[in-house]
Amino acid sequence: MPVQETFYEVMRQHGITRRSFLKFCSLTAAGLGLGPEFAGKIAYALETKPRTPVIWLHGLECTCCTESFIRSGNPLAGDVILSMISLDYDDTLMAAAGHQAEELLEQTIEKYDGQYILACEGNPPLNEDGMYCIQGGKPYVEKLRHMADHCKAIIAWGSCASWGCVQAARPNPTRATPIHKVILDKPVIKVPGCPPIAEVMTGVITYMIAFDELPELDRQGRPKMFYSQRLHDKCYRRPHFDAGQFVERFDDEGARKGYCLYKVGCKGPTTYNACSTLEWNGGLSWPVKSGHGCLGCAEDNFWDKGSFYSAVTNFGSLGGAEATADKIGGILAGAAAVGVAAHAAASAISHIKSSKSRGARHE
Amino acid sequence: MASSAAGSVPKSAYRRPLYVFEAPVRIWHWLHALSVVVLSVTGYLIANPLPSIGGEASEHFLMGNLRMIHFIAAYVFAIGFAVRIYWGFVGNKYSRELLYLPVWRGEWWRALFEEVKYYLFLRREPPHSDAHNALAQSAMWFFNTLLGLFMIVSGFALYGEGLGLGSWADTGFGWAIPLLGGSQQVRMLHTLGMWLFIVFTILHIYMAIRADIMSSQSSVSAIISGWRTYRD
Repeated sequence: MPVQETFYEVMRQHGITRRSFLKFCSLTAAGLGLGPEFAGKIAYALETKPRTPVIWLHGLECTCCTESFIRSGNPLAGDVILSMISLDYDDTLMAAAGHQAEELLEQTIEKYDGQYILACEGNPPLNEDGMYCIQGGKPYVEKLRHMADHCKAIIAWGSCASWGCVQAARPNPTRATPIHKVILDKPVIKVPGCPPIAEVMTGVITYMIAFDELPELDRQGRPKMFYSQRLHDKCYRRPHFDAGQFVERFDDEGARKGYCLYKVGCKGPTTYNACSTLEWNGGLSWPVKSGHGCLGCAEDNFWDKGSFYSAVTNFGSLGGAEATADKIGGILAGAAAVGVAAHAAASAISHIKSSKSRGARHE
Repeated sequence: MASSAAGSVPKSAYRRPLYVFEAPVRIWHWLHALSVVVLSVTGYLIANPLPSIGGEASEHFLMGNLRMIHFIAAYVFAIGFAVRIYWGFVGNKYSRELLYLPVWRGEWWRALFEEVKYYLFLRREPPHSDAHNALAQSAMWFFNTLLGLFMIVSGFALYGEGLGLGSWADTGFGWAIPLLGGSQQVRMLHTLGMWLFIVFTILHIYMAIRADIMSSQSSVSAIISGWRTYRD
């Protein structure tokens, strides 16, 4: 085995000072919700453990995950992680291109078989043998399968890789398919969001390379440290929800007073993400803080759940018709009431008829 | 279908009252009815809140109270459901009618067919039954046993979201959320379930009152006193 360099060595080579490195370690520990003593543990791990390569693949996607990632609120975290990742393979960020770049993949497999982390942004389309996404002359799905065969674990970046997102929205013409439905034999960590929060991305990746284990996942494969609560649970407008104070229209008094956005369709009560605690762009703001409801972008199938501006939404499965629970239910209840009224009238007529005929018999 | 009960009684005499609904069943029925009403009203208002109120947030707790009433009624509903299922095992033979539909019995299907004919005015007198006729039993089973179970599972799954990951409700029922297509989808299905309960309530009350007027056996009073009385 060749002597593998550590993360710390790589960072120092990239001109990151020890002071910055330690700052990064304590920031990451805090971001992961770990105690102060973990800063030292992270530092020790990054100083001593051989560097885990990260291969970052792009399928059908819009690159918003990468855009989010490189804008990590703390520029330090961005620099540090970027230097860790761009070394290996990320076709948006790396310097190499063409055959040179594709060669890197094979080199990584050769050198780090079973050791590298595969970070997937976007998903593979499966229709027409995957011809809707061609990279280096081959369908993306083949590249994904090939790289997944030799990796240790997969991170599914964003809602595309985790759930399917917009390209998998009905009728999904290319049959875009999330990673966990294509790669069945490797652990897949879902980091949903469109895009995910930068600090969530750096946090997950640092945790995995520092502790050499998967973060604890919830039932649906998302890291518990960032996805165990709904936006609603930590929303700063929650007191207005509990009080019954809602924005009815985007230009009303309630909107100016910062009331709850539930009635104008905020999906905070059904969306698991860290927006209401970490916020975006380095804690600058997040959708609800800017006065617009949450779209639920970190949730499965959020494009097909109907209006972004209504609390009671469509059923994803019921065609293109606007079919909300209240509409369907109202029609059913109305039909029942009309049916009952008609039946009651018919019963009354039949009752009168039969009692008349009975009366006639008695006479 | 001449019933065996009717056969044992001389045709000329008045039919003797029959004790059908035991006390636990009657208590369950009314608690269940009350909880369904409370759950539907509060549930609808949680999905479609009342017009916004002004003032300081700290002065009001409207949604909070609505949700609390909803949860308390949900416990009444769920515990009542569990007790009622238990009673189905230890109670009289009529109490078992809510547990399952005897779909393997040809006789039951014929009774169902005859009952449908009766409601379509294709036969004058309803086929005899002591507790529930086959059609009523089917409705009870679909709308109360099956739908009730669905509402309990989906409801506690949603309740578990608020209690948090790892809470008893999340551990016991949280699996339903990914299974049914996510948090928002579960909410909408739970709302649709409420509408189905409303549909059932409309049909149920109509049928019960209609039976009192049109047929020879008591219906509404039976679920109050427990005794099924006959006019002939």
